[in-house]
Order: sequence, then structure tokens, then C-alpha cells
Amino acid sequence: MGLKSTLHNLKEKYKGQKMAPAFNALHTFLYLPNEVTHGGTHIKAADDLKRTMNTVILSLVPCLIFGMFNAGYQHYRAIDIANGIVREVSLFGNFITWDNLILGAITVLPLVVVSYAVGLAVEFLFAVIKGHEVEEGYLVTGMLVPLIVPIDIPLWMLAVAVIFGVVIGKEVFGGTGMNILNPALTIRAFLFFAYPTWMSGDKVWVHDAVERAGTSEAISGETILGSYAQNQDIIYSLSEMFYGYIPGSVGETSKLLIILGALILIFTKIGSWRIIFSTILGALFMGVIFNLVVDAELISESSKFFGLMSVPYWQHLLIGSILFGAVFMATDPVSASQTNKGKWIYGFLIGFISIMIRVFNPAYPEGVFLAILLMNVFAPTIDHYVVKANVKNRLNRLKTKTA
Amino acid sequence: MGLLGKDSKLISDPLADNNPITIQVLGICSALAITAELKASIVMSISVIFVMGAGNVVISLIRNIIPSKIRIIVQLTVVAALVIIVDQVLKAYSYSLSKELGAFIGLIITNCIIMGRFEAFALANGVWRSFLDGIGNAIGYGVILIIVGFFRELLGSGTLLGYAVLGDPIEKTGLYSIGYENNGFMLLAPMALIVVGLIIWVQRSRNISLIED
Repeated sequence: MGLKSTLHNLKEKYKGQKMAPAFNALHTFLYLPNEVTHGGTHIKAADDLKRTMNTVILSLVPCLIFGMFNAGYQHYRAIDIANGIVREVSLFGNFITWDNLILGAITVLPLVVVSYAVGLAVEFLFAVIKGHEVEEGYLVTGMLVPLIVPIDIPLWMLAVAVIFGVVIGKEVFGGTGMNILNPALTIRAFLFFAYPTWMSGDKVWVHDAVERAGTSEAISGETILGSYAQNQDIIYSLSEMFYGYIPGSVGETSKLLIILGALILIFTKIGSWRIIFSTILGALFMGVIFNLVVDAELISESSKFFGLMSVPYWQHLLIGSILFGAVFMATDPVSASQTNKGKWIYGFLIGFISIMIRVFNPAYPEGVFLAILLMNVFAPTIDHYVVKANVKNRLNRLKTKTA
Repeated sequence: MGLLGKDSKLISDPLADNNPITIQVLGICSALAITAELKASIVMSISVIFVMGAGNVVISLIRNIIPSKIRIIVQLTVVAALVIIVDQVLKAYSYSLSKELGAFIGLIITNCIIMGRFEAFALANGVWRSFLDGIGNAIGYGVILIIVGFFRELLGSGTLLGYAVLGDPIEKTGLYSIGYENNGFMLLAPMALIVVGLIIWVQRSRNISLIED
């Protein structure tokens, strides 16, 4: 008798007991359950929730691996700069190296482990208390969380934030599929408001920069957005921004790999291309407006908004996390709008508001997560009016037909 | 509770199963605004206990001579007078605290619980019962305020009543020496709402009959 049938027998034996949901979750993670369909007709499809989640994770893995290399690269590069050495990036010369990977692994992997361990523990706990099956929702959230936090965030803070995000962001609403807000962004928002010194500034984005601050070995890790917000010159080239050799949250720097992930999501029809596309459109639109304001000389060069306003509109996509947010966050099928027209409006407003917050927020030059959370809240309202408009249209059509 | 007899329910009900904040969802505004510190929560609770107890007595005494058309104005006048007394006492004996609480003492007038109890209870009941009802509801309100204030000050500032119970965050003593940091989110009003929500959650999962459809 193999392991598979042993597990099936155990499942029958302990049916209805308190820990059964926890056992079933591990069981179905490893094997197809032995349940057969009962009752009427069924549509058989391979893309169940676990498959969907796994596809998203697959599309995130390139970003994660790149994030590890980049963590190491940014650290050693910052040290070089502090020592007065100018470093030219070359992919196989000084980017994909064992040094970078090892440093990246020991800083990034603990984030992944803590995120999954704490999040799944909360999920299991709720499943056992409430007696329902463990839901798969956290599989993706757990992968997104390490990618959207600064590299040196203390692990206990991450753990507290994950507990908060899963309980308040999801479980109180009834678990996976019922949440209003994107849990991963709830976790990030909690971290941002609770521990702002670890989530913003010019120190947190490069490993060790906080530790070394104030010493003779101090290194800097200012992001591009941070430099723009202080009207400083940008030291990164456009190709560095596109390929992602820049400081930032762990997994959001490489635009190339995010686009690759987007293609996987669009091709498998898991992410909505409408949302991705309209978010980018909204961001470009707001960028154009700001460019026009600068061109019309309505704003003086000494203004603190000048730096970010004068960014060419298309470059907004290369800096900050707007692309990552558009592809992996805004497309969350639970918290986004459900109607096709609604998705256009929802995405457009996310892009529009993101760039607006980015330019006008004096304390923190990035607003993608705030914009997405805000639109998460409005998504049901958008859907409501889209549906109502459709009903009205059809009633009018009926009237003209019968008249 | 021999002294109170059957009236003891007037005090015990609002403490738990008919709590003004967690069950009737009244008085939320001040529960969010002033609970970042435990001291402010306690002073606010005491002030409201005084205003509610005295106010219910006054309204109950004159309930038969208030013309019903202008009763809201009469009630407002009574609350306003009592609030001014509280405000003046605070200014006289604890000026710094009165400055800290600022407008919120004055805004006790707008606390929905007070007008609610005047309307719902004092206008129709005797003086003693009205007094108990006022005290009971105010204590029920105060208990929640103090619970919320306790957690917000402890987790948000690491202090209780101003004493650094978790160590010094700048000198890195106590809990801070192992890397603990204060949670700034706790000091913001949204977190007060979430803490009140958690209290409501705990209360209703302990007593399922409180859950509405």
C-alpha cells in the first residue's frame, strides 16, 4: 500500500475531527483527492484555484531570483561608490555572480520563509477554528509580500504585518475570495504606517545601509524616486532602469522580468490585460498632464514638485513600482472590478492616482500601493454603476423596439 | 446588589450585552479621537460618567414640565451646562491635561450616547433609575475607551499613563534593546477603529446571540 492510499485511509478515519482541515490541506497539496463527482452534470476543468495560484507564482519567480542577485549587486555597488570606484554594470561580469547570489539568498530567503510560515499558520489556525478547508489564497500573497518590502526589514515586523494583513485584510471578511482589499498590499500598508523608518528614506533599500549609517563606511541607497523628489540628478541610465539594476523593493526593480510575468499572466488568461493596459494608460495620462504643466511654465524650477513633474511621462513606467503594481497587484481577481468596462475604469484610475500621489506626496515619493488599495475599495461601486448602466441601456433598447 | 435590587441590570447591561459602543455603535467619534493615550481616555471616561449621571438626573427631574416640542433644545442646554462645569474644573485643577484634551471635552455635548439616553430613558423614568442608567451607560462607554487607550498607548508609544513600561526607545533599554520598535500605526485613528472592531469581534464570538443577521 503506497503513501497515497495510506493518506486516503487516514482521511476517512479522521473525518469530521478538529484537525481534519489542516490534514486535508497538506493532503490535497500533494495528491489529487480521491473524491469522485456526485449529483448532476459537471464541467471538468484543470484550472482549479491551486493551478491558478501556481501560475501566478511561476510568473513571480523570475522577479524573485533577479531580486536576490540585485540585492547583492546593490550592496557591493554601494560599497564601491563609497570607496570612490565607479562600477559599470555587465550582466555576466559583475551581476550574475556567486557573491551577489549568496548575499541575496541570505537576505531575501528569510523574508520568503517568514512570510509563508506566518501566513500559512494563520490560515491553518482559522481553518481549524472555523472548520472549513484551508484556502489557497495565501500562496500568492506569501510570494508577493517578500517582493514588495525593503530588503532589510526586520523579520519580526514582517511577521506582525503578515498576521495583521491576513486577519484584518482577509479572514474577518470571510477568507479567500471575500476580501475587499488586496492582502499583500494591506501588509505593506501596515508596515508603512506602523514602521515608516523601515519603509522609506534613503537607507532601507540597500542591504546594510542602515547598519552603516553614521559610520565611516556609510553607504547610500537612494532610489530614483527619492532622488527626483529632492530635485537631485539621476545617476542611473534608462537601460539600467529597464533591466532593473537599481535600488528598490526586493522584486519590483526589473521591468523586463515584470513584463515577462505579465505575458505569462495574459497568455494563461489569469491576469486581466484590460486592467494592466488601462493602469499603464492612466499613468501615462497623468504623466502627460504633469509634463504639460511644466512645459507651460506654470511651476517654477525651485518648487519641490518640479523634479518629479518634469520626468518625461513614459519614464514614470520605468521608475518606482507602477509596473509591478499594475501586473501583479491590480489584477488580483478578488479585489478588482469584475465587469469589463469596470476594469478599464478601475485600472485607469489606479494609474492616474498612482502618479498623482508620486508627484505630490511630500513624505514618500511612491503611491502605487495606496492607489490600488483605494481603488480596491471603490471596485464594487464601479461595478454597481456599470451594471446599472447596462440595465438602463437594455431597457431603452426594449422600449425603442416595442414602441 | 441588595441596594439596587432589580435595578442592578441598569448598570450591568450596558457594561456587556448592551454596551453603547460595541453593541449600539454610539460614541465612536470620541473613541477614535482621544484614545491614543490612556490618561486622556480615563479623564474622558470620568467626565462622561459625571455628565451622564447628572444629566439624566436633571432631565428626569424636569421631564414632566419640558414641552415636548423643544425638548431637544432643553436637553442640549443641560448637557452644555454640565460640560462647561467639567471643562472649568479641568482648567482649574489640571490645566495641562485640559489643553491636551482641547476641544474634545467641549465635544462631549455631541456625544450621541448622552442625547440617546436622555431621549430613550430619562424622559420616561424616575430619578433613581435614570441616574443608574446614566452611570451604567457611561461606565460601559468608559470601559471600552480605557481598553482601546491601553492597547494604543502601550503598542503605539511604549508607555502607560506616561511611564515607559517597555524601556527607553532612544537609549535602547528594555524591550527596545532586542530590536523592538513602537508601532506608529497605533497612534493613528484608523487603528482605533480596528481595535474597537476587534473588541466587537471577541465579544460577539463569545456571545453568539449578539450577532445580527
